[in-house]
Amino acid sequence: MIPTDGVLIGIYALIGDRDVIQVRRIAGREMAQRGTRTVQKTRFVTAVSEIARNVVMHGGGGEARIYMHSEPSAISVVCVDNGPGIADLDAAFSDGFSTAGSMGRGLGGAKRLSDALEVETEEGKGTRVTMMARI
Amino acid sequence: MSSASAIYFVEGVLLVAIQEDISDTDILDLQEALSERVVDEAARAVVMDISALEIVDTFVGRILAQLASVSKLLDAQTYVVGMRPAVAMTLVELGMDLPESKTALSLTHALRDLRGERRG
Repeated sequence: MIPTDGVLIGIYALIGDRDVIQVRRIAGREMAQRGTRTVQKTRFVTAVSEIARNVVMHGGGGEARIYMHSEPSAISVVCVDNGPGIADLDAAFSDGFSTAGSMGRGLGGAKRLSDALEVETEEGKGTRVTMMARI
Repeated sequence: MSSASAIYFVEGVLLVAIQEDISDTDILDLQEALSERVVDEAARAVVMDISALEIVDTFVGRILAQLASVSKLLDAQTYVVGMRPAVAMTLVELGMDLPESKTALSLTHALRDLRGERRG
């Protein structure tokens, strides 16, 4: 569902909260340069912010890669950490919805705001989240 | 206090302008500073201008909601003003609301509402 080819825009360390700002700003800039509608851009950049923040807050840091795709025209962001992993993925997705106002990890919200979102996670090994938006 | 936000005290109201690139640390600092200012100034309201924010995610949304709850306990009404339409749509999709906040289109609208309350 998410294209695996694409042009790598950059690789960004995700260590602190300033890094989260940088990644979402670059994703937003790339979308704006390609004429993406404001609502579509805001939704996806918010999803990127949720996931990038998880890497910093829950994953012990990691990195983000941003890719642009042409067939179909899309942006994808891959966030990877070597943290504790997510023990119950189903719960993590549903928590994002039911407790968005409290301590949810925002996974469910990020999925709704992306055109596609995939999670690979292994306890004790880390988590990789890939998300995509058509532009 | 970082430069990521500025607090002004006018007519019994704390006006807070949040800058575009506010970080998580900055907004946590702001939450603390603002809570103290509400008491120190005996403010009757806090107006948070978020028009500079291109996105509000669950972290920032949660801090804004907490700020409003804390202010309410300290007897000040919170207004969130300047929210962009795309931000509002995204917050709804995230399942977030700001239950203790009033919202107003702009600072002017919030102040008009406050003056109306005072007359009432």
